[in-house]
Amino acid sequence: MPEPFEPKIVAFFCNWCTYLAADLAGTSRIKYCPNAEVVRVMCSGRVDVQFVLKAFAKGADGVLIGGCHPGDCHYQEGNYKALRRYRLLRRLIRQMGIEDERLRLEWISAAEGDRVRAVINDMVETLKRLGPLQKSEEERAHLLEVA
Amino acid sequence: MRPKVAFYWCASCGGCEEAVLDLAEGVLNLADAVDIVFWPVALDFKEKDVEEMADGEIAVSFVNGAVRSSHQLNMARLLRRKSKLVVAFGACAQMGGIPGLANLTTARDTLREVYGEAEPPALEFRDNGHTLTLPKLFDAVFPLDRAIPVDYYVPGCPPSPKIVSDMFDVLLNGELPEPGAVLAPDHAMCDECPRRDSRPQELKLDRFHRVQETAIDLDKCILAQGVPCLGPATRAGCGSRCIAGNMPCTGCFGPTSRMRDYGGKALCSLASVVEGNEVAEIDRIFEGLVDPAGTFYRYSLPSSFLERKRLE
Repeated sequence: MPEPFEPKIVAFFCNWCTYLAADLAGTSRIKYCPNAEVVRVMCSGRVDVQFVLKAFAKGADGVLIGGCHPGDCHYQEGNYKALRRYRLLRRLIRQMGIEDERLRLEWISAAEGDRVRAVINDMVETLKRLGPLQKSEEERAHLLEVA
Repeated sequence: MRPKVAFYWCASCGGCEEAVLDLAEGVLNLADAVDIVFWPVALDFKEKDVEEMADGEIAVSFVNGAVRSSHQLNMARLLRRKSKLVVAFGACAQMGGIPGLANLTTARDTLREVYGEAEPPALEFRDNGHTLTLPKLFDAVFPLDRAIPVDYYVPGCPPSPKIVSDMFDVLLNGELPEPGAVLAPDHAMCDECPRRDSRPQELKLDRFHRVQETAIDLDKCILAQGVPCLGPATRAGCGSRCIAGNMPCTGCFGPTSRMRDYGGKALCSLASVVEGNEVAEIDRIFEGLVDPAGTFYRYSLPSSFLERKRLE
């Protein structure tokens, strides 16, 4: 039996809302899928498009960006900046053959520990349905091989 | 003894060859200063002549064009072996360039698009006792440094005359720069833009126009007029030739040293100058950018993180 596919998610969580929500989920002993590697950033607006592309290139099956709800950004409008980038990036990665569902932007406040669980569980389920983003390392190396 | 130099082209349009001639009368000084031992576009030397040289005999090889066939790969390897220095000359050699957009498809689909349903020819063909071998077309386009180690990079589509003459000066007479250096200034194109002063402190665009859809004011910042201009994300040194022609920057000079993925950063820079806090409004504004991949990765797809479109 081959190992069942466990998707890898790189999750960029903002310091003021979503990261605290994940912290709350932990202290509240809320159980959710262990597939997300959380990277704490000061603001969702700090998430450079290059971070997302690098994650996809280096083996992430999905990327999740978590920020404060609209109007609640600690830096006034960092989350709006994230939203603008995300809407355009979504179209770019679609052209690169990456499904929309693999990139997700969610507003999760510091009080919404349960929502961290719901979003990550839902994303894991979606990614399991979609399958791995990259073919096996070998196949990928072959496609990019300088013959 | 004058240093020996070679020029070669891989997947390119010939514009980089022209860029050498754009030195105008300066090309005569160059011809006096060096001994050109190989230059297929201009002089009648053969591959065999290069093969017969000693390893390292050529002082500098200037290779333009991306690598997308077995023949180009072999030539790149041959020139690497015979040369002390190899310069990736122009956007295609540096980043994959326009041919690199083929990484949005496959070799098979590219051939089908061009030749229809005709069968591609066999790579080996015999006639009258002779064998003709055709190069293999790769499924992906590569920048030169994926094929061979590269000493220096000269950006541009094509490199501007100033960049080219500075390059010859530094490589032939000057102190050699750090290995791996890009031989151009390391700041944003906007810093040198002749319309720099007309750029507002803060930009808030509510729509994008394609160049053919709008009359661009000759004196004002092109980006401020809603035409996607990639100056904020692009390396300087081009002499603002496109701006002088009233056209936006499309990013041929590539990233500065502080970026890793040119297209990703260029996307960030344009997404930073729009207004809109609602999904519907943001999407409407970006409708004016009809082809994000072609806009942001016009010259650099093969050197991006993703390198090519994902294949099913």
